[in-house]
Amino acid sequence: MAEFAYEPEPELKLAPGESVREISGRSPWRIAGRRLVRNRLAMAALGLFLLIVAVCFLAPVYANDIADTDPFVSNISGTTIVDGKRVDVLQQGGGGGLGLGEVPLGPTWHSNYFLGADNQGRDVMARVLYGGRASLEIGIGSALISCVIALIVALLAGFFRGWADTILSRTMDLIWAFPVYLLAISLATVLLTTPGGVKIGFITIDPASLWVPTLIIALIYVPYVFRPLRGQVLSVREKEYVEAAISQGASNLRLMLSDILPNVVSTAIVLLPLMIATTILTESALSFLSIGVQAPKASWGTVIQDGQELLYTRPTVAIAPGIMIVLTVLALNVLGDGVRDALDPRAKVHVRE
Amino acid sequence: MLVFVVRRLAGLVVVLFLISVLVFLIFFETPGVDPSARLAGRNPAPATVAAVKHEFGLDRPLPVRYALMMKRLFISRDLVSYGNQALKVVPAITTAAPVTFSLVIGAAVLWVIVSIVMGVLAVTFKGTIVDPLLMIVALIGISMPVFWLGEVMNLFSQDRLHDTFLFSWVPPLGYTPLTENPWQWFLHLIIPWFTLSVLYIGFYARVLRANLLEVQNEDYVRTARAKGLSPRRVLLKHMLRNSLITFVSLFGLDFGVLVGGGALLTEVVFGLPGVGRLTYNSLVSLDLPVIMATVIYGAFFITIMSALVDILYARLDPRIRPT
Repeated sequence: MAEFAYEPEPELKLAPGESVREISGRSPWRIAGRRLVRNRLAMAALGLFLLIVAVCFLAPVYANDIADTDPFVSNISGTTIVDGKRVDVLQQGGGGGLGLGEVPLGPTWHSNYFLGADNQGRDVMARVLYGGRASLEIGIGSALISCVIALIVALLAGFFRGWADTILSRTMDLIWAFPVYLLAISLATVLLTTPGGVKIGFITIDPASLWVPTLIIALIYVPYVFRPLRGQVLSVREKEYVEAAISQGASNLRLMLSDILPNVVSTAIVLLPLMIATTILTESALSFLSIGVQAPKASWGTVIQDGQELLYTRPTVAIAPGIMIVLTVLALNVLGDGVRDALDPRAKVHVRE
Repeated sequence: MLVFVVRRLAGLVVVLFLISVLVFLIFFETPGVDPSARLAGRNPAPATVAAVKHEFGLDRPLPVRYALMMKRLFISRDLVSYGNQALKVVPAITTAAPVTFSLVIGAAVLWVIVSIVMGVLAVTFKGTIVDPLLMIVALIGISMPVFWLGEVMNLFSQDRLHDTFLFSWVPPLGYTPLTENPWQWFLHLIIPWFTLSVLYIGFYARVLRANLLEVQNEDYVRTARAKGLSPRRVLLKHMLRNSLITFVSLFGLDFGVLVGGGALLTEVVFGLPGVGRLTYNSLVSLDLPVIMATVIYGAFFITIMSALVDILYARLDPRIRPT
């Protein structure tokens, strides 16, 4: 999907309702910051996102101190206390009209098993919170890694042009040609089925670690960030101040890092919230297909997968993590729109002198 | 124009070749892994491993191994799945493809119509509550994981509300071919179509709205207004037509991605036996030949689609034609 089809505007423009005085003589970053802070919707979205992050990172507090349940150990024959009565976590004979099979505890709306239990008697609330932690870590981590790789490759390709550009751009096109999920599936099956983990040089990647999905997702989205960045590096390279720096004898590294990089990094920043939204969705999909986060670890996607079998008896198991994903991604999308408007208001407001 | 087409097609062939090489390398040349164990499926018998070794020429140099694999995939088309002996890979894909096409084409019709209506309505009612409301709906649409939405739809249509008038018409999960019973085909696919299209409706409505707002200050729009054309005519005949250029090119790519495997999650959730579900099933049993074939099929389809879009685009709009 071309979600990141984004072309930056070259010159600074006024946002609606902004006067020339407000932006004259200030650095672009300060102007953008002010605009973002004034955007109430974006600030609300940022607040919601930070709240979700905080709640998920407090997962151990819920599991250890409030609910006193272990979300990673199955608890098939366990019991818990609801309304002063001791009940089984997996109840016999509740399933359907036949009275067969075991049905996990439904939502208690109390401190322990707030959202009920899953097939293995684990506390769903604790799993959703821990899962959120993993989803957010993977989402944010892979978006950051993806942006950094794309920045480096774009700087090299756009700065050296010629052969370097051809090779790097063609490589990116090749990754781009793959359907996102299929490339992820290919890499994941290979990485996850290699006994003892894949060894790349002296680094060994353990199949169970969160790094596997993080790196896979980071890699598949590099071309989406690379394309707009490369175009920008190519145009910035032609600017007078770069020529001035060249004539002063600046080294290539210096040109790239202190003259070109600061002028293209804003594009990467605009894309970052939207990238995180996309990577969180991708992570959940991969985990749902059981090629993302591996058991016993949880992520929002794996909890939805656990809930699939219980869909008609205990729908909360699948619905709760989905709602968390929707809220998180929605907040990031709204924030992303806000950041884009702040750094680059495309509003066609004409300044009358 | 001819030069452009030839160059684009030559580029296409190179990309297709590189894709097949890359997929081959990912699957069978991972350092430190014995590919014969991989190919033979889960817990293979030693005899199977030996047979696989011989059949795929695993004791021969890399280019030969690659050539043998491609020959089996495209020329003799007898690549057999070892995890599931009876399954021939290429026929499995050709029987699954119509299901995927049914799903994606229906969803595409739905998302094009609904998103154009939403985008035009949002621009027409800009400044009223309708515009932000529509855009919030669109934003929620692009924020939902499609497999989760599918499960929620299943929960209501198959279970919770199945006995009410709303969803009593919904058949059980699965698929009926169009040639067998068109009406059942239609009924089975309504909810999957809707589920798959929600994301694209949201995305395209937002893109179209932004585009329409951008062109409304263009000179030709002002001219049209100055000629005294009705606002509706200006919007539909002048602004919408021009905004559809971006729309069409996005559509070609998204359609290609969905047919090429992007509809996998929807197929899995609704039990539709398409190419995506074939990939998923082989993923569960780690059936590498099938996964490799579906990945190559998907990547090929997408690359060919995007080349076609480029050529069509150049045909429609001469400004884009590079020489």
